[in-house]
Amino acid sequence: MTEKPIKKIAIFGGTHGNELTGVFLVQHWLQDGTEIQRTGLEVKPFITNPRAVKKCLRYIDCDLNRVFDFENLGKKMSEDLPYEVRRAQEINHLFGPKNSEDSYDVIFDLHNTTSNMGCTLILEDSKNDFLIQMFHYIKTSLAPLPCYVYLIEHPSLKYATTRSIAKYPVGIEVGPQPQGVLRADILDQMRKIIKHALDFIHHFNQGKEFPPCAIEAYKIMEKVDFPRNGNGEITAIIHPNLQDQDWKPLHPGDPVFVTLDGKTILFSGDCTVYPVFVNEAAYYEKKEAFAKTTKLTLNAESIHSSFH
Amino acid sequence: MCSLPVPQEPLRRVVVTGGTHGNEMSGVYLARHWLRTPADLQRPSFSTVPVLANPAATALCRRYIGRDLNRTFTNTFLTSRATPDEPYEVTRARELNQLLGPKNSSQAFDFLLDLHNTTANMGTCFISNATDIFAMHLCHHLQLKNPELPTRVLVYRLPKEETYSLDSVTKHGMSLELGPQPQGVLRADLFSRMRSLVSSSLDFIELFNQGAAFPAFEMEVYRYLGCEDFPHTEDGDLAGMVHPQLQDRDFEPLQPGAPIFQMFSGEDMLYKGDSTMYPLFINEAAYYEKNIAFIRSEKLMISVPALPGLTPTPTPLT
Repeated sequence: MTEKPIKKIAIFGGTHGNELTGVFLVQHWLQDGTEIQRTGLEVKPFITNPRAVKKCLRYIDCDLNRVFDFENLGKKMSEDLPYEVRRAQEINHLFGPKNSEDSYDVIFDLHNTTSNMGCTLILEDSKNDFLIQMFHYIKTSLAPLPCYVYLIEHPSLKYATTRSIAKYPVGIEVGPQPQGVLRADILDQMRKIIKHALDFIHHFNQGKEFPPCAIEAYKIMEKVDFPRNGNGEITAIIHPNLQDQDWKPLHPGDPVFVTLDGKTILFSGDCTVYPVFVNEAAYYEKKEAFAKTTKLTLNAESIHSSFH
Repeated sequence: MCSLPVPQEPLRRVVVTGGTHGNEMSGVYLARHWLRTPADLQRPSFSTVPVLANPAATALCRRYIGRDLNRTFTNTFLTSRATPDEPYEVTRARELNQLLGPKNSSQAFDFLLDLHNTTANMGTCFISNATDIFAMHLCHHLQLKNPELPTRVLVYRLPKEETYSLDSVTKHGMSLELGPQPQGVLRADLFSRMRSLVSSSLDFIELFNQGAAFPAFEMEVYRYLGCEDFPHTEDGDLAGMVHPQLQDRDFEPLQPGAPIFQMFSGEDMLYKGDSTMYPLFINEAAYYEKNIAFIRSEKLMISVPALPGLTPTPTPLT
């Protein structure tokens, strides 16, 4: 399959203001962008939620990474709109518009998680050969450091991300890192992911043909909330056997929660699943203790740039 | 500096506080749990009150609303006149002082145990004013009761008039600090460990109330020396991060010349002190705004005098 060469790339940090790796990498690259330059490519680093970054909060009024749907993007601009909705419209204007020819080709959105997910690449479309090839390249380049692919394609669970305004949206999630903390090892991993991603795009633009490939991926099935009482208060928490075990198989009958009184609750699903975002701080209010995924293989045809 | 006198009577009024920082979840959930079912806290000779110290911050899952509650128990704040625009925590500190103090008075509660978490790799840490002999004995007891668990004791020496933390309001007090745990996250392992430590603490108070005497002992402690800030640019922005070789190495010796920060531009910044010290609270999220990358401490053995058993009072004739 031939693709048009990639021209405009953006790297977003601070979509959640307390996920510091992206914030500091983007701020560093705004001062000194040498590392992210590649011949023939425009690579723009950008802080998406500066007010949240300033206060070291996830968001001011609402989660920026959930409001890039057409309804919110189309609302009439007014001071009454939540800050993040107004900001989303600005970002759509600068890097989109979403679904148009003028939108940026690739947007990398940098995130951290308190979950033990290691290096994770987030894919929104299972048929996107270009991104599957990119992810394959990144995984191969990072090895033996594990790098997981999380597919959020789902009729109701897929959410309207900041990066979704680009033709090729890429989510990059590295953890575990507490909110408000900057770890050197996590920053180094995220830096490497971006380096390999930009190298891939550069090779692609230079005419390199990438043969058909396959990657292992984890597709979201369902979100699981903490057990709660009638008042909505959490009554059980992630079991020590599940804590930090993102991407590892969870079998029916395995411990999954433990009540505040110490009683174990077993996983009652009917098949093995692969949990992710286990005990993510920001998801308590979204009523998500972890997400269940199934493991599958994604295939991509060969690609090369139509320029050559 | 004088030590606090040891208790001469049984401790009857004890309080356990969680949510002094509203995003440190072990204490938040334990306080809420005990407010619903206080049975865990019952002991034959005394009662324990659970208190959610900063309810407004807890509701928002933030460390504080206006200012750090655990820095607001100074005599200045506690005796200041109420004003309509004062920070929430100043009002709350005065409330807690009325409820559990007043600080430095005979009406104050006997003992306060304050529950905290840190994002730093501090493991299980007991924090106490070295002048509080009763609290030092409790730390020692907790260490003896948990031989398989690495526990550390962090001490500071402050005269009562300079203390500022919640655990300085009552006659005796100390803090439990467990980590690493991200803000806003509740880990089951730390939750059950915190709960068990509180239970052992109450057991110790029960033993003391029943007349047990505790001999003098020597204990290895880490004594607070000062803080080290992150490197900053001229504009005041962060210029580097905790070095990967220092990250997670709380309580391990740091030699002069060892790398402590890694600049964003790549170079290492080295420790310029002239002797070995023990860094603590390395990369604690809440300390970025306080300009603290880590705390410097020295490791030493201290001698703690005996805690005499209570002399039994004759039963009054009714």
